[in-house]
Amino acid sequence: MIIQDRMKVTGQRKIAKNIFELKLSGKLVGEINSPGQFVHIRVSDSFEPMLRRPISIASINDEKSEMTIIYRAEGRGTTLLSKKVEGEEVDVLGPLGNGFPVAETAEGETAVLIGGGIGVPPLYELSKQLTAKGVKCIHILGFQTADVSFYEEEFNQLGDTYIATVDGTKGVAGFVTNVMETINDDFATYYSCGPMPMLNAVQTVYAEKKGFLSFEQRMGCGIGACFACVCETTDKSDEKYVKVCSDGPVFPAGVVSI
Amino acid sequence: MNRLAVELPGLRLKNPIMPASGCFGFGKEYGNLYDLSQLGAIMIKATTFETRFGNPTPRVAETASGMLNAIGLQNPGLQGVMENELPWLEQFDVPIIANVAGTETADYIEVAKTISTAPNVKALELNISCPNVKCGGITFGTDPQQAQDLTAAVKEVSEVPVYVKLSPNVTDIKEIAKAVEAGGADGITMINTLVGMRLDQKTGRPIIANVTGGLSGPAVKPVAIRMVYEVSQVVSIPIIGMGGVAETADVIDFLSAGASAVAVGTANFVDPFICPTIINELPAKLDELGVEHISELIGRSHR
Repeated sequence: MIIQDRMKVTGQRKIAKNIFELKLSGKLVGEINSPGQFVHIRVSDSFEPMLRRPISIASINDEKSEMTIIYRAEGRGTTLLSKKVEGEEVDVLGPLGNGFPVAETAEGETAVLIGGGIGVPPLYELSKQLTAKGVKCIHILGFQTADVSFYEEEFNQLGDTYIATVDGTKGVAGFVTNVMETINDDFATYYSCGPMPMLNAVQTVYAEKKGFLSFEQRMGCGIGACFACVCETTDKSDEKYVKVCSDGPVFPAGVVSI
Repeated sequence: MNRLAVELPGLRLKNPIMPASGCFGFGKEYGNLYDLSQLGAIMIKATTFETRFGNPTPRVAETASGMLNAIGLQNPGLQGVMENELPWLEQFDVPIIANVAGTETADYIEVAKTISTAPNVKALELNISCPNVKCGGITFGTDPQQAQDLTAAVKEVSEVPVYVKLSPNVTDIKEIAKAVEAGGADGITMINTLVGMRLDQKTGRPIIANVTGGLSGPAVKPVAIRMVYEVSQVVSIPIIGMGGVAETADVIDFLSAGASAVAVGTANFVDPFICPTIINELPAKLDELGVEHISELIGRSHR
């Protein structure tokens, strides 16, 4: 169920250039049902800035009723969020959307998780849940440069992890697809989150595979009412569309027209 | 006695608070969060005769204390609304105000004729003010004669009272208001959004794919208050006021300016529980103001 919760900041730290890891605790955590869901955060109690910020959930700790979100402090809203300190309260609406289907990969099978930039975080909880059920996870994480890369160590603890940076300052020089070419395609499922061009490249390379993609789009309400975040589907017959916030953000590969 | 009850043509409102059209879909998303029967009314998303996909994305951009949108009247079309959306809303004890849009007069007539027969539709809101579609919409709302003629044409076929939603993007909104009253409008809803733009800092290009969008949110409230103040003094039909309502104090301002009821728009996106919150806070606000019944506030700015 979607709830509005005043969550308590239990910790915040900078983990890369302009990248922050924020821990929040509250009853909302008990409502999260799949990795890849997101929350809609009001960064101020005034109307400046006006809208909430949609941010994906990077990991959850049910025992502590705590979740971790990772975001890039880029605009006004996320910069304000990055100033929140332990003990402060934040107005959070969520959990929102439909996350990655963990059940689509069986125990003993292999899954490839491909993330780009600020699309990497939701893959962390996904990998935790997949590996917990006995799925072997291979991670391919792409960043612009070494300065903005994060969580290599955390992913490494769950499975083989490859890093690609556009400028070659870390791991393979180039894009996630350069890594994809080098790995064995003997896997059952792939899951991906990142910028549109990356998602397109991933689903093209893995056209024969079962895959799930998480999309990003400018949002208004976050619950499906305002029709700001629509995407066209590949079904052209009836001008079909999907809403990223409430129908997604995760869709089976091939559903959304990229 | 219900201190919040307000009666308007076609509408017995248990309170004067309703979500504004386009900010509440057809209610389903908010119905998952709270009991919609708490609301005074619901203004559903604009319905056109045909199914519309709307504009390309990006469709929204944040601005200082507000936002721009250019959704483009995306909706499932008259048939979809009649068959799926309105019947679903019947489970709630709440009057529906159906926002009617189109490209030509014939479209408005067709939608109005059919949608006004739905059992829970108690009034129509004629959308002659959408700034985000190429044809129709705002073109009817910026010319007094066209506005009057369209109002009269829709009045002739509607089974329920007709409210006309006015655009603020005109030189003199009073002229349009008088014209729709002369055309037989039972009420006025105002204001729709103000046409605006936001540019991308890096590229210098417009952020919204439609180039321009409609500005809403607290930023537009002073404009809306001024216009309700002016229009309420030149027409005798009631006004449902809107434009930047985000908290209970804003409702008091709109009533004082001359509105008889108030719609909440963009604030639903920020706080999805804002309508019930305002409704619950209103009685205490009346106590604070020393007012017994909410209708005593209507138009006190110019009495």
